[in-house]
Amino acid sequence: MARKILKSYEYKPAKLNRGYTRKSLYINVGDLSVQAKDISQMMIDKFVGGKGFDLYYLWHATLPETKWDDPENEIVMSAGPLGGMTQYSGTGKTLVCGISPMTGIPIDSNVGGYYGPLLKFSGWDALELQGKSDKDLVIFIDGNKGLIQIEEDDGLPEDTHLLNEKLTEEYAEDEDDKVNISVVCTGSAAPHIRFGMLNFSFYDPRRKTCRVKQAARGGLGTILRDKKIKALVVKFKGVKPNLNDVADISTINKIGVKYAKEMHDLDQKQNGIRKIGTANTVAIMNKYDLLPTRNFQAGGDPEAVKIYPQVFIDNFITQGIHDGCWYGCTMSCAKTADHFKLLTGPYKGQCVTVDGPEYECVAGLGANLGVFDPRAILEENFYCDTYGVDLISFATCLAFVMECFERGQINLENTGGLDLHFGNSESVLEILHQMSRGEGFGVIVGQGTRRCKQIFVEKFGADPKLLQDIGMEVKGLEYAEYCHKESLAQQGGFALTNKGPQHDEAWLIFMDQVNKQIPSFEDKADALYYYPMFRTWFGLCGLCKLPWNDIVPADNGKTDDPAKVPEHVQNYVDIFNAVTGKSIDKDELIRQSERVYNFQRVFSVRMGHGTRAEDYPPYRSLGPVSKEEYLSRQEMYDKQIREVHGKDPESLSIEEKMLIQRKHRENQFEKLMDAVYKRRGWTNEGVPTAEHLASIGMDLPELLEVLETHENKEK
Amino acid sequence: MKILAHKQEICTGCRNCEEACADFYFKRTDRNYSSIRITNNDNTFHATKCTQCGECINMCTSNAIYRDRLGVVRIDKNKCVGCLGCVGFCSELSMFYADDLPVPFKCVACNVCVKACPEGALEILVSKVKE
Repeated sequence: MARKILKSYEYKPAKLNRGYTRKSLYINVGDLSVQAKDISQMMIDKFVGGKGFDLYYLWHATLPETKWDDPENEIVMSAGPLGGMTQYSGTGKTLVCGISPMTGIPIDSNVGGYYGPLLKFSGWDALELQGKSDKDLVIFIDGNKGLIQIEEDDGLPEDTHLLNEKLTEEYAEDEDDKVNISVVCTGSAAPHIRFGMLNFSFYDPRRKTCRVKQAARGGLGTILRDKKIKALVVKFKGVKPNLNDVADISTINKIGVKYAKEMHDLDQKQNGIRKIGTANTVAIMNKYDLLPTRNFQAGGDPEAVKIYPQVFIDNFITQGIHDGCWYGCTMSCAKTADHFKLLTGPYKGQCVTVDGPEYECVAGLGANLGVFDPRAILEENFYCDTYGVDLISFATCLAFVMECFERGQINLENTGGLDLHFGNSESVLEILHQMSRGEGFGVIVGQGTRRCKQIFVEKFGADPKLLQDIGMEVKGLEYAEYCHKESLAQQGGFALTNKGPQHDEAWLIFMDQVNKQIPSFEDKADALYYYPMFRTWFGLCGLCKLPWNDIVPADNGKTDDPAKVPEHVQNYVDIFNAVTGKSIDKDELIRQSERVYNFQRVFSVRMGHGTRAEDYPPYRSLGPVSKEEYLSRQEMYDKQIREVHGKDPESLSIEEKMLIQRKHRENQFEKLMDAVYKRRGWTNEGVPTAEHLASIGMDLPELLEVLETHENKEK
Repeated sequence: MKILAHKQEICTGCRNCEEACADFYFKRTDRNYSSIRITNNDNTFHATKCTQCGECINMCTSNAIYRDRLGVVRIDKNKCVGCLGCVGFCSELSMFYADDLPVPFKCVACNVCVKACPEGALEILVSKVKE
């Protein structure tokens, strides 16, 4: 390696105590300054760690008017106090935040891979990256030596799978040392699109290749390349069970072994995650009319059997070896298709390891694009990853674009000759290759759904009302891949979120639509209070959500509240206390999240967003936009007309029935908003009140000032 | 392939084997540090110890468990991160851990307990099939 070193910074790695180093690292890539900051007790008490620390730093680094590509915008990442423990599944997550190129407000993304834990063991609870460089940089942290080097790129590859292998090879002393390296980077598409994502690597000693997990949502990779950071590399040798210097190792060991045994005994009987990861749910979603198909028009398709989990298990996915994205994760969901031969693009003919497919990949790049070809899905998956493309935003945006094409809103001339009928996987892949090359229609798609709507209307003469109805985004962020028209609670679960519609905050479809457990507005509001708060907590602590409820104890069904998985909630409470030495209970757990959740909402308000006006979903989320959609579920919709509205569907035209449905569903959503805001302690405009902030111990002066300014503006 | 075998019909439950194992590997008298555990079911004594089945090898999250040239399943202490996943995943319940040890431990068919058994209830079986 002969890269020019632009800056060297030596430090003494802080020792961990009770899950914290109490130090954070600040790097400005504009002036190459490096600074070690102390993490205060207030930060630990109010923000816990992970996403909490990220948002705190981001708030203080930016201004209300900061745009994503301003130098003061930051990429902040942190593993959280539980991050890096090895005895419980899903404890290696890094939380990453920044002002999003998609939404203009803070985005947070939760990612596996080794970077966050190794960063923490190198002495840093958090890392802030600010400024903009004029040349491409690699930032290397050696946690054993206590050394930070900012290096000038000497022609490293752009795409993730090549860049990771090269950097891992360069910084590792030998084959055994490669597991001690983790790289954060994006790919060649990121500079040309808004939803560029971050790949976090870990070395797989069995496959002898770098694997990746993604901080995918909201364009964090786009910010990385805007700052001209090519890659972050951390090296730390010596991961051991108690590097966190926990308060009570015995409890942690006991709970960890109990959980591992549960996984051993029950996974095969429950979700089979160890075999196929999250893609196990594709068949279930199709069966329950929830698999988004052709831009969320339908909730499944007979052809979906071609992309069922068993197809991937039988033909593509390596079985029987460990596939976790951090040590100790027995859920082992990070599956791969090995020796996969690519048929298109710059790597055509090469055999690669594809990380995936996860559920969102099969649903998004498959059913939602009308692609029922498992091979094509895996190839799309690979190129999204290596080019640095958030496959959820890509899939949901392209599904919208394809529907626009099918409905004649855009044509071949507009797409540069690309036939974008649903199911055309060749065109899907070509769009991806265009994003990588920064040319053609792919660059327009890469601007995301919100901007595509504007471009199609202004430049191609498309119908703005139709596009508003079928473009599946809220706040500028694309929906995750679940068809949810018949679940009011999930409509709120997507739209009434801080960062935009994702599946990180709430997944209530089964509780609501299938099991009918939350019938009233108050019930739904309760769920839209509890679950977003509970799930935020994973992001504060450096945890993965999957081990919470993708397996449940054998007797979970007999508990008071099976949907909450009470035994696992108690595991988390006990582990948190055992690591930190604190003594929280399950209510304080929610309170910890609530503080940060409200902080994030006020952060959006501070930036001129975060109000009711921006929480409205497109109508495709709520009900049937087109006649075809109505007809596809006519029996159900007609029944609703008869039972809910007391009208005879036979005497009404489809247009009339659609109008009745629409008015009703939009009205229901308004009522849901009222109930949810009230339950969350917010005004009817969706803004947290000063009283509520005080009641949860989050009445920090900077937040109250924002509320006051907002109130004055409203007056 | 080497496996520790236990003859239930001879075993008197004296548990000398446990003591010998804990003492040899960890210099402890505490049986919780033994890789063989004797339990009494109505005066029939059952020995919990590794069958060298190797189920833990592929599930190991740090690729630290391997089969040596004699077929014995072993833990590479340098690679092991002490996640204890193998403890939960052992169908024989014969992967053990202790809170003050950084890595789990298991029977490696070493013969120490065989020598300590006054009744001759333990023996090392060597099969010719090398896995």
